[in-house]
Amino acid sequence: MKINRRTFLKLAGATGAAGMMSRPRKARAAGLARLSDNSYAVLVDTTLCVGCRACEAACSEANRLPEPVMPGDQAVFEKERSTSPQSYTVVNRSRNTNEKETPRFVKSQCMHCVQPACASACPVRALVKSPEGPVVYQQDRCIGCRYCMVACPFGIPKFEYEKAVPSIRKCSFCAERQKQGKLPACAEVCPTGALKFGKREELLEIARTRIYQNPDRYIHHIYGEHEVGGTGWLYITDVPFEKLGFRMDLGTTSYPEFTWPFLSAVPFVLMLWPPFLMGIYAFTKNREKTTEAGEKKEARYE
Amino acid sequence: MNETVERTVGRRALAREKLWMGLSLREYLRGLATPFDIVAALILAVGLPVIAYRFAYGLGAATNLSQTNPWGLWIGLDVLSGVALAAGGYVLASTVYLFGLKQFYPVLRAAILTGFLGYFFVVVGLLVDLGRPWRIPYPVFYSYGVTSVMFLVAWHVFLYLTCQFLEFCPAVFEWLGWKNVRQWAVRMAIAATVFGVILSTLHQSALGALFLMAPTKLHPLWYTPFIPIYFFISSIIAGLTMVIVESALSHRVFQDQIDPQRHVNLDEITLGLGKAASVALFTYFFLRLLGIVDGGHWDLLDTPLGYWFLVELLGFVLLPCFLLAHGVRERNVRLVRGTALLTVIGIVINRLNVSLVAFNWNVADRYFPNWMEVVTSVTIITLGLITFRWIVNRMPVLREHPDYRGTHS
Repeated sequence: MKINRRTFLKLAGATGAAGMMSRPRKARAAGLARLSDNSYAVLVDTTLCVGCRACEAACSEANRLPEPVMPGDQAVFEKERSTSPQSYTVVNRSRNTNEKETPRFVKSQCMHCVQPACASACPVRALVKSPEGPVVYQQDRCIGCRYCMVACPFGIPKFEYEKAVPSIRKCSFCAERQKQGKLPACAEVCPTGALKFGKREELLEIARTRIYQNPDRYIHHIYGEHEVGGTGWLYITDVPFEKLGFRMDLGTTSYPEFTWPFLSAVPFVLMLWPPFLMGIYAFTKNREKTTEAGEKKEARYE
Repeated sequence: MNETVERTVGRRALAREKLWMGLSLREYLRGLATPFDIVAALILAVGLPVIAYRFAYGLGAATNLSQTNPWGLWIGLDVLSGVALAAGGYVLASTVYLFGLKQFYPVLRAAILTGFLGYFFVVVGLLVDLGRPWRIPYPVFYSYGVTSVMFLVAWHVFLYLTCQFLEFCPAVFEWLGWKNVRQWAVRMAIAATVFGVILSTLHQSALGALFLMAPTKLHPLWYTPFIPIYFFISSIIAGLTMVIVESALSHRVFQDQIDPQRHVNLDEITLGLGKAASVALFTYFFLRLLGIVDGGHWDLLDTPLGYWFLVELLGFVLLPCFLLAHGVRERNVRLVRGTALLTVIGIVINRLNVSLVAFNWNVADRYFPNWMEVVTSVTIITLGLITFRWIVNRMPVLREHPDYRGTHS
């Protein structure tokens, strides 16, 4: 292709336009983050948790799940449990190495990430992040590909393997109750104030204040403030987070950012491959024609 | 009255010619008692009830999948490896149509057929694996999760399956004897090829990009931001070597289909493909090295999984690279064929490593497939082979249709 002034201007214009198109998206992503900071969250203060498991019972009742195993029995803490299709939240005891350490309890459930891996991984938007905070599951769209389970760094989405028509099951942050102005069942029932429901920004302030006022007591870290780009459930504690079963190697990058570079390259491949391939095709054709013409010429001379 | 009789006779003759390869139904069925057919029948006799069992009682009853290991053999082998090995379709189509290397034309149709059936049975494998397979059209027709790599994969498999069907249509119409439609299909085929190359680039790499979402679950030696590029480059290698393997096998199995001229050609074609594969393997090897340097996890090389990583990289990438180069130089077709098989196995190992072996490497609950998963995978592969043979025996895939000899497009 010969580049004259007109084609140059066209190209420059197209490039500029493409550049401008990429700007609003960044702005939009930032906007989303701000919106989510204003969303609802829960602050878990493990120093206040006594391991009564009332939250488990309330959760089961609110979600019409079977009753929690071994109610009121301390032996339940002998084995570390994880959430399942039949229990959206479980309380575990800290992994203490000797008798002298005070046992701590920690509740686990969906973290309701600010930018959830599961929602960005779902090909059919069966998992979506609502602006109010909850990451909710819409069963009527789910195809059962289980990519959300691969993506979730906390291993939260659970699949009904025993069913012929299975769904994904996980904590919904009681999104329905929240809509009616009620607290999540677990936060409502918690007798010690270990679970505090509120605006995420305000809860972060409270958490910082508690750490600031009791610097010798708390670990100076709010789990979930920055982990995987921020989560809706925040934790503070006075024992090392590892002992409570938290993964400290998750990083602060939000999971959608891992696939974003790839996904944003897709339109470029779609735009650039066709002219490139057609160019090669044209070149090949042209070469064939020239060769044919050359052969004919030679044949005439023979 | 007479007319109906004639019509039935005509229909019977057509069925006889097109479906039973010119034999009567009884002769045809008797001809099926070959060792291959008996083994295939046995596999299906076990496999089809197993698949039925999976649908009746759910994935938990039929597989070793768990809450920690949501993906197993069906994803690793039938889907990830299946798509990679089906790459021969787009690789050969671009070689012949776009790069104009007409000498590879004799293996093109078989490659496209392998590609088409490969993808078709990837979808079959996916249907067995999905929790709610009847919703498989949802990402394309109903609910769009545009931020998902899986969404991209779904669209591309759907579009590319259509593309490959169009690319293969000329052979179907030659078989049916529809000359006018064939003419139209040939024109479509070129456009479908270009579109197919674009789609393949994107979704071969997208299958790798799926795992970008698992930075803490996939072993650091396998997890790199380059994983989409690895999947794409290795799919080219898989395509080239798969065509070598597949053409060698079909020329042995379907000898009656091939005119002697082609046997000679095939050696040249094999060497040509081997050379290209060697170069691609070389590139791939250095890209993989780049991944290690970028990740900086040299210490992990000195662990059991690290050794396994080195086996994959040295034994199934670098070794075949040199063996192919040597074989092509010495014009040793047998060596090239054997090495091509080694390379194909290496690509399958890579896909299984990424999806199963190196996935959840740091977790206590490790996955290993149970017999029903293995049987189901084998059943799906067998179905693919049977379909391939059914088509090759009837349609002009390995041979040229006498009416269109030398038209080459």
